[in-house]
Amino acid sequence: MVIRYRRLITNILFLVLLSPTSLLAQSTSSESFLNVGLVIMAVIVFITALILVGDNLIGIEAKEGKVNIPSTGGFSRLFAKKPAKYVEGSYHALTRGFDIKLTGEAKKEVESIPVSAVALQPPNFTGMSPIPKVLFEPGQEVLAGDALFFDKKRPDIKYVSPVSGEVAAINRGEKRAITEIVIIPDKEQRYRQVPSVDLNTVSREELITFLINTGAWPFIRQRPYNLVAKPGDVPENIFVSTFDTAPLAPDNDFIIQGQENEWEKGIEILTKLTDGKVYLGLNANGPDAPAKAFTNISSAEKVWFSGPHPVGNVGVQIHHIHPVSSTNIAWVLGVQDVIVIGRLFTEGRFNAERLVALTGQCVEDRKYVRVPLGAKISELVKGQELTDAHRIISGDVLSGHKKSQEGYLDFYDDQLTVIDEGKEYEMFGWLLPLKMRPSTSKTYPNFMFPDVEFEVNTNTHGERRAFVVTGQYENMLPMDIYPQHLMKAILTNDYEKMEGLGIHELAEEDIALCEFACTSKQPLQHILRQGLDMMREQG
Amino acid sequence: MSKLLEFIKKIEPKKGSLAHTLYDGFFTFLYTPDEVTHGGTHIKDGMDLKRTMVIVVLSLQLCYLLGTYNIGHQHFLAIGEHTAFLEGFHLKLFYGLGKLLPIWIVTHVVGLGIEFYYAWKKGHGIEEGFLVSGALIPLIMPPDLPLWILALSVAFAVWIGKEAFGGTGMNIWNIALLSRVFVFFAYPTTISGDEVWVAGLERASSGAAVDYGWWHHLCNVFFDWAGWSTFNGAAQVIDGFTGATPLSLAFQGGWEQVTSVYSETAMWWGSIPGSIGETSKPLIIVGALMLIVSGIGSWRIMLGMFLGAVVMGWLLNAWGATPFMEVPWQYHFYMGSFFFAMAFMATDPVTAASTDQGKWIYGFLIGFIGLIIRVLNPAYPEGWMLAILLLNTFAPLIDHYILQANISKRLKRA
Repeated sequence: MVIRYRRLITNILFLVLLSPTSLLAQSTSSESFLNVGLVIMAVIVFITALILVGDNLIGIEAKEGKVNIPSTGGFSRLFAKKPAKYVEGSYHALTRGFDIKLTGEAKKEVESIPVSAVALQPPNFTGMSPIPKVLFEPGQEVLAGDALFFDKKRPDIKYVSPVSGEVAAINRGEKRAITEIVIIPDKEQRYRQVPSVDLNTVSREELITFLINTGAWPFIRQRPYNLVAKPGDVPENIFVSTFDTAPLAPDNDFIIQGQENEWEKGIEILTKLTDGKVYLGLNANGPDAPAKAFTNISSAEKVWFSGPHPVGNVGVQIHHIHPVSSTNIAWVLGVQDVIVIGRLFTEGRFNAERLVALTGQCVEDRKYVRVPLGAKISELVKGQELTDAHRIISGDVLSGHKKSQEGYLDFYDDQLTVIDEGKEYEMFGWLLPLKMRPSTSKTYPNFMFPDVEFEVNTNTHGERRAFVVTGQYENMLPMDIYPQHLMKAILTNDYEKMEGLGIHELAEEDIALCEFACTSKQPLQHILRQGLDMMREQG
Repeated sequence: MSKLLEFIKKIEPKKGSLAHTLYDGFFTFLYTPDEVTHGGTHIKDGMDLKRTMVIVVLSLQLCYLLGTYNIGHQHFLAIGEHTAFLEGFHLKLFYGLGKLLPIWIVTHVVGLGIEFYYAWKKGHGIEEGFLVSGALIPLIMPPDLPLWILALSVAFAVWIGKEAFGGTGMNIWNIALLSRVFVFFAYPTTISGDEVWVAGLERASSGAAVDYGWWHHLCNVFFDWAGWSTFNGAAQVIDGFTGATPLSLAFQGGWEQVTSVYSETAMWWGSIPGSIGETSKPLIIVGALMLIVSGIGSWRIMLGMFLGAVVMGWLLNAWGATPFMEVPWQYHFYMGSFFFAMAFMATDPVTAASTDQGKWIYGFLIGFIGLIIRVLNPAYPEGWMLAILLLNTFAPLIDHYILQANISKRLKRA
């Protein structure tokens, strides 16, 4: 290794020494300013070479000393941001990606709102058959924690009611597929009895059965494919990202306040589900350290990340900690999902309440609300009329789903975003837009004003085209993956290449930023899901 | 909705007709459509292909300005009138326009015509690829190129080079260079030799008459009225004029022969004969910087190509078997179209390598091979066109190996 580097260094030095000598030889013949320019260039090449050599030496030293440094070579390592003071231990500084700054952040205050309807939506679960077996008829009473339905392909996993009340309706969509199971909650919530479990003596199998029976199992998802985890699998590791970098995403440091015990309990349970480790992705971006509940936990392995979105995506973090493949499965959970699992022990019941951030420029009263899982959207923005001129999104603007006012929040989402629809023509909008808009492109002056927050609409700002620009997706995805080539492999059904180029490491949310930035307006998340479905059916 | 938009909406032709394709092309140029996102991300970047392409076109504008003027300047140098650069400004400008405009119009009528036809036939919107190709083609053609050859070459490039492969984004070779290479191989006597680089002379030898047409007479009427100097139909090519480009001089007798005809300043700033847009190095560099800053042109390709040319220049200097090989390596940047090829041709994202490492290799090899072709090719002393087309062919192979490395890395990890 060292010998190879030495040869590289001597080669570079040789070239650098050569350049001024050949310049000197010719400088007598003419004194034009190009020679001055070339001398300057030679100096730059020299300095560059010095830096490269130094950087490689650092890399060699680090490798021999077993120091963990970012694996991306070249200048990025040398000029990598120094970690913030509070960072201890494993640290990854990612540089690629982009923070989309939007107006409409939620205020840091919580209100509990009564909700007149909640719904469980089978399509929220990837790979669910279109007509799952529903165990209740409309009109029947359920308790919070009663199994509502199960997938006929995977009958061992039960999906339970998040609230107690009356099953009001089973709504169906195209081809009679069940889209919503609506429940009208009781004023006083009643919970199904949870059997008590002694955490010190319980076996892994018993714990899994316990989580399935209590209804907490669907919170655990697996990568690859982003499905509800298979109870029979043993994951290599479990990952929880403690921060979300998506546009207007809820602040987990705020959400965790007052729920530290539940969180800690939840993590403790997760450690019993894997032979590997539970990894927490911690936010090293801010000026202050993240919440103590995240940094002080001892049962989990902590890994710090800094950089722009999508650094908070668990898929990106997994890629840098312990990448998944078709055979190497990881389980992932969100912070609030861990808290629900923790509550099974601290409260002794399945309490699927969560804090939801109401965000987006069109929400008048932006705040955090405490509501049951799957709350009705019109209840969240009470007192405000939402119309067709608004785009209501369960989740964030990049990977969330469009909802109607009568719709319900999705199972895993803790954010509601409302922005304007953009169904309008804009004169020379591609050349001289009237209103500034977020853009990753340096053809807009945006990059000079990094702190400006933008109002947005859903206009596509251009028409769909073939792939033309290259290197754009790579700049938006801090993973060692070639997204454009992967997309082309998916479009040509090339299974071997899909797997080789790392389709298993991606979920839709990871590629969403590439889709936002795409000059050709290609539907990347849709293409990726097609590819993931194909791979899943194959293997 | 504004009155204008209402009016435009009212005259919309029937969907599916050729007229609608045309209408749609111009309408989306004037107005960004009211399309909203569905599925996937809810917001989209303000960047689209139109904007990308127009930035490239804008970065070419300085080359257009000087190129146009330089056509006139070279013409008047050849006949020994208004020999100072800014002297006879109006004459040179109008002379250049008289040459450039027909070339520009023919390029666009032929190229866009074929594009529109295929967009209609395939039922998709008009893609913006030809905006850039159409801006590049006039700049890389010699000013005295017969227009029918130009029309044939553009038709060949767009038809066989692009539409046959599936349209914008699918082509293997750079469209603009394909049209140039068509002229090069199909009409070699027209594009090589010394005659073609200076416009409006009967022959490129002393004593030959100038070749003025209705355009110049029309201008003369106007200039007469304004009291300015006019085109002199009786002018003759001066003694000692050759019309040779620096490269053909260097091929004959090395750097000394070049400097005996052209000064370094003239070569650097571009007041020399050559293809229309490629003579002025500083203006091209400004365009290149525009592309680099806006992130549209790949700096990796540009820098790689520069380094490749430098390395090959050293090697040729060390060998030094012919006078051309002995031309000091840095002077190769004074001559020919290196910078134009680097900034605008090699960086075409569709035909270049598409991975970051691949771009380095691709750029370096263009520089390396291009200089070999320039110096060692006995027929024609320039190499970037052929080098870029060659590497266009091999770009997928370069990418293939980069991707294989990524794949095997992933396999090893598992």
